[in-house]
Amino acid sequence: MHIVVCIKQVPDSAQIRVHPVTNTIMRQGVPAIVNPYDLYSLEEALRLKDRFGGRVTVLCMGPPMAEAALRKCLAYGADEAVLVTDRAFAGSDTLATSYALASAIRQIQKDMAVDLVFAGKQTIDGDTAQVGPGIAKRLDMGLLTYVSKIETLDLQAREITVHRRAEGGVQVLKTKTPCLITMLEGVNEMRFATMPNMFRAARYPLKLLDKDAAGIEDVAKIGLKGSPTIVSKVFAPQPKAKRADMIETESGEPRDIAITLLTKLFTQHPKLEKEIDKQAA
Amino acid sequence: MSASNEQPAKKGRRKFELDPALAAYKGVWVFIEHERGQVHSVSWELLGEGRKLADKLGVELAGVVMGAPGPEARRFCEEAYQYGADLCYLVEDPVLANYRNEPYTKGLTDLVNKFQPEILLLGATTLGRDLAGSVATTLKTGLTADCTELAIDPENRSLAATRPTFGGSLLCTIVTLNYRPQMATVRPRVMAMPERDGGRSGRIVEAALGMIETDIITKVLEYIPDNLSDKPQLPFADIIVAGGRGMKNPDNFALLWDLAKVLGAEVGATRPVVQAGWVEAERQVGQSGKTVRPKLYIAAGISGAIQHRVGMEGSDVIIAINNDPNAPIFDFATYGIVGNAMTILPALTEAFRQHVATARKAG
Repeated sequence: MHIVVCIKQVPDSAQIRVHPVTNTIMRQGVPAIVNPYDLYSLEEALRLKDRFGGRVTVLCMGPPMAEAALRKCLAYGADEAVLVTDRAFAGSDTLATSYALASAIRQIQKDMAVDLVFAGKQTIDGDTAQVGPGIAKRLDMGLLTYVSKIETLDLQAREITVHRRAEGGVQVLKTKTPCLITMLEGVNEMRFATMPNMFRAARYPLKLLDKDAAGIEDVAKIGLKGSPTIVSKVFAPQPKAKRADMIETESGEPRDIAITLLTKLFTQHPKLEKEIDKQAA
Repeated sequence: MSASNEQPAKKGRRKFELDPALAAYKGVWVFIEHERGQVHSVSWELLGEGRKLADKLGVELAGVVMGAPGPEARRFCEEAYQYGADLCYLVEDPVLANYRNEPYTKGLTDLVNKFQPEILLLGATTLGRDLAGSVATTLKTGLTADCTELAIDPENRSLAATRPTFGGSLLCTIVTLNYRPQMATVRPRVMAMPERDGGRSGRIVEAALGMIETDIITKVLEYIPDNLSDKPQLPFADIIVAGGRGMKNPDNFALLWDLAKVLGAEVGATRPVVQAGWVEAERQVGQSGKTVRPKLYIAAGISGAIQHRVGMEGSDVIIAINNDPNAPIFDFATYGIVGNAMTILPALTEAFRQHVATARKAG
């Protein structure tokens, strides 16, 4: 069995800061991590490998520094790692990215047929959740998003049954492999990296694919050129025209503050008073 | 879009001539999402927003209803008119009984190719995101996810879709210039629910799916509905009392529960609080949690970072309690109290309790 897991290296968004004066992102010193949502998919792929044997290949598109993210995945137990990297990919949006990754998967497939492709349900930097469905469409594979559980996998019959999170319930879906799966967050826990895997990860000769090696036939479909969406403006959220009405009292006693607030609140928002009386009743 | 793309394009790129073939794309569409006999409220919220866009463009607003044949789908069309649609495209087929990616992608893609809308909006739900990504890739067009604001660029009639970026620290506006339709998803409760006008009606344009069950590889074996009664329903709560890291420890969160009980409110929290395990994930309000629009939102010990703000700024009235007078939450709250939440909250609880008791006696 061969599973390809698509991952992305992202800046740790919890540590991103905006420059207070220029309103630009301060990228320096922000650690790069494997997109946390991708790890649920990687762990699920590793569990399938534990059960069925075979190979897990991690695939990433990004600048050369994204190598670190792939080595991290190798340390967790992935067998192979492929980095699609080329300046021509810079500025790719989700449509261009899914084209590049789908193309790379076709190249990987030449080495060993792929049974399943995994991707994160979304990234924490772009948050679009579009690349996974895009890759599936381009490879003409079935798509199973927001999977909470893989119920059965029959490699002979090429059939898979999963639980998929839907609005208001869970769908139990059965489809044919190869297909593309995105795992829901929190459904498993990433294993610890083992010593032997860490050593192997450090020494592993990463497979680098430039645009030609990734099988890109049409350079107009990658990078800025291949991206329909254009960022026209980046800006800091505007403060509201009116700042909050600050409740202050002479005594500063919590009780006085509370009463002053309620008086103001109910005078200015009489509907809210009715609402609260109704709710509390 | 990927993060690497999030650089503003050169100014000169914004003035452009739309390809004549693309200029033929007219109208604003909203995909009407439904499950178990009910339309997801996000679809109505999008019709409200789509109405404004369509009026600005001077075009029609259409709902797209797909589903199994029967009275249900037609009822959804009627409802769509009442929420602002001029017409509905209706695709009825037994294979559309449950949502599956393949038939819905084909149905929606074919409709777009045939009737050519300039804008297509979907809810950023599990269904909407699954479908939008597949449809945009098939149509080879741009898709902007999780928008918080939609507007029409007066210069070139294109859709300006604004969304949080870089983990919510900044906002960016994204345009799709020489591709049609311009696609965007919006999360539930981000847009206001439009007024329902029972007198409005519209027309149905029917289309065939052209797919049979044996064409579809994925089968739905079962649908297990959620047990909703034991889960907090923040997006539709009328009053929310929320706490952030400023509450210091999980024990202090009891003060929020006390106030919530008096108000008949739900308890919400920021991401750090949820990550620390003080409350369950369903209570997280913000970019990576729920978007809420209650009539009253009380924020205690919440600084008001944009990640949280985007999830709650649609609230009618916001009361903020924070000991830092410079906390950003005071920039957009309705009422602000600078002080210790641990002493203010019990005082508020008591004041509300007395008010309610008096009201009950009087009523």
